[in-house]
Amino acid sequence: MKNKVLLQGNKVIGEAAVLAGCRFYAGYPITPQNELPEYMAERLRGVEGGVFIQSESEIAAINMVAGASAAGARAMTSSSGPGIDLKQEGISSMAACELPGVVVNMMRGGPGLGNIRPSQGDYFQATRGGGHGDYRTPVLAPATCQEMADLTMDAFDLADRYRTPVMILADGMMGQMMEPVVFREPAPRDYSDDFKMRGAGSGKSKIIRGLILDALAMEEHNWKLVRKYQVIADREVRYEAFRVDDAELVLVAYGTAARIAKGAIHRLDAMGIRVGLFRPISLWPFPMTQLRQLSESVKEFFVFEMSAGQMVEDVRLALQGYARIGFHGRPGGVVPTPAELANVIYRYCRDREALIERP
Amino acid sequence: MKKVFGRPQSLKDSTFHYCPGCGHSITHRLIAEVIDELGARGVSIGVPPAGCAVLAYNYFDIDMIEAPHGRGPALATGLKRMLPDRLVFSYQGDGDLAAIGTAESFHAANRGENITIIFINNAVYGMTGGQMAPTTILGQKTTTSPSGRNTRLDGSPIRISEILATLDGVAYIERCTVNSPASILKTKRCIRKAFDYQLAGAGFTMVEVLSPCPTNWKMTPVESCRWIDDVMSKTFPLGLIKDSGTPKGGSKA
Repeated sequence: MKNKVLLQGNKVIGEAAVLAGCRFYAGYPITPQNELPEYMAERLRGVEGGVFIQSESEIAAINMVAGASAAGARAMTSSSGPGIDLKQEGISSMAACELPGVVVNMMRGGPGLGNIRPSQGDYFQATRGGGHGDYRTPVLAPATCQEMADLTMDAFDLADRYRTPVMILADGMMGQMMEPVVFREPAPRDYSDDFKMRGAGSGKSKIIRGLILDALAMEEHNWKLVRKYQVIADREVRYEAFRVDDAELVLVAYGTAARIAKGAIHRLDAMGIRVGLFRPISLWPFPMTQLRQLSESVKEFFVFEMSAGQMVEDVRLALQGYARIGFHGRPGGVVPTPAELANVIYRYCRDREALIERP
Repeated sequence: MKKVFGRPQSLKDSTFHYCPGCGHSITHRLIAEVIDELGARGVSIGVPPAGCAVLAYNYFDIDMIEAPHGRGPALATGLKRMLPDRLVFSYQGDGDLAAIGTAESFHAANRGENITIIFINNAVYGMTGGQMAPTTILGQKTTTSPSGRNTRLDGSPIRISEILATLDGVAYIERCTVNSPASILKTKRCIRKAFDYQLAGAGFTMVEVLSPCPTNWKMTPVESCRWIDDVMSKTFPLGLIKDSGTPKGGSKA
């Protein structure tokens, strides 16, 4: 288990899920995540009690996951952009019914059918909750295959501990690339599973539901969820701070964009600009406090996304006007090079200086 | 004194909210009686729909989990696959099964999921106030077909049971009703047969119940029962639609 293996991102998630105890997977083909259902179809065949279903739609898949989850299984589904749209009904329902489950989104270019190139345009949908109602979904954004393995295992633990759907948000590049990975042992499960629905036996029957017709009772259910989300926000923030200590400018980027940002940072070294990287790993809860604290020493931030600008809104919320924020985004499935980003930041810094020096 | 009639153990001691003359409460009771007869209260899991019967979990004293509108068969699939020895049924109305959830129902049937659907066909959307359903019969006036259902504008009523019966995964489908003492007893036998098949691992089973909805049909309960015989069952003929027989030994689950 401690062996290093070379594996494609989509398969890394599949293997990590099975090692974490996932015994149910349902999904519908969509590029660029097809290797994940294919991997699960083969892998779950060899696991006792393992069930793989190629569903008729993403809507059916997420509801199958809800059913398997209610039955007590660790369950997962995956898709990309348009398919994730269809899952929102089920995600909202699972949030309301407090059913755990893991949903993987290998983002592609959008909106609409868009294309199958890597993109980060689903940040709003993932972090704001694409379904209706007052709910939140923890969102984990890996940037390496190793992180895909670790965060997939974490996602199942989060889902079970807080009884909530959890999303893994990556993109077509993360899903397709291969990197060496070491799979760790799954964490012990230290939470109650008394919600599981197994038939009443000789005891009291259970109800799992999201329909609460009385407004005051529904409000109380909402507040209960909010209290849970507050605990998640307090305890489950994840981020990486890379070379931020003596940086004159800090890039903020996640996932594939953060990999590109690291490449740009090395190029900017050679250009004489000292740049750090703040990489949110949990997109919800967003590392608001940590970013705000960083603004006590750094006054220049620059957000880079493979979108027209979505996470930048959270960065603005976090920094509350205490620092300047630049932005560079490439939506639609374009993956910019580190050189492009380095040049953009170089010009940004040069123009800033010109602005500041102007009397 | 000998007790000859009582509340089934699988029903809670609560009052149905259904309108007078509605077929839901009768069908609920029949399901509960069958579960009791099978001694299956402790191993049964029901999936109520969106619709009038969404509150079924207030009445059944068995484990129940709500599904989003139309998704009962998908949710029940996940449940049953992880708990193959439980008795799992999805309770669905005509809009739930034959409109918004057609795909989920069709494919659960096609996969031969070893679950049972109790399909309440009352030819209208009940809870939302009597709109046209996929099973509204031609000429029937509803709030969204005020001139009566018109084939050219609205399509024709869908005989979903006959459609599903063409699928290999289906073990048993029968259409019945609850508009008379005899038909109620017949419906109970159909539910028993469907559950027996499921427990034997036969595959997908469904019981369609033509169910009176006096409120939205704007009829008295007695008129509603008569309308099922005189009108509705002409479009939806009662009787056995498919029976592949129970499997010989071994469970398909």
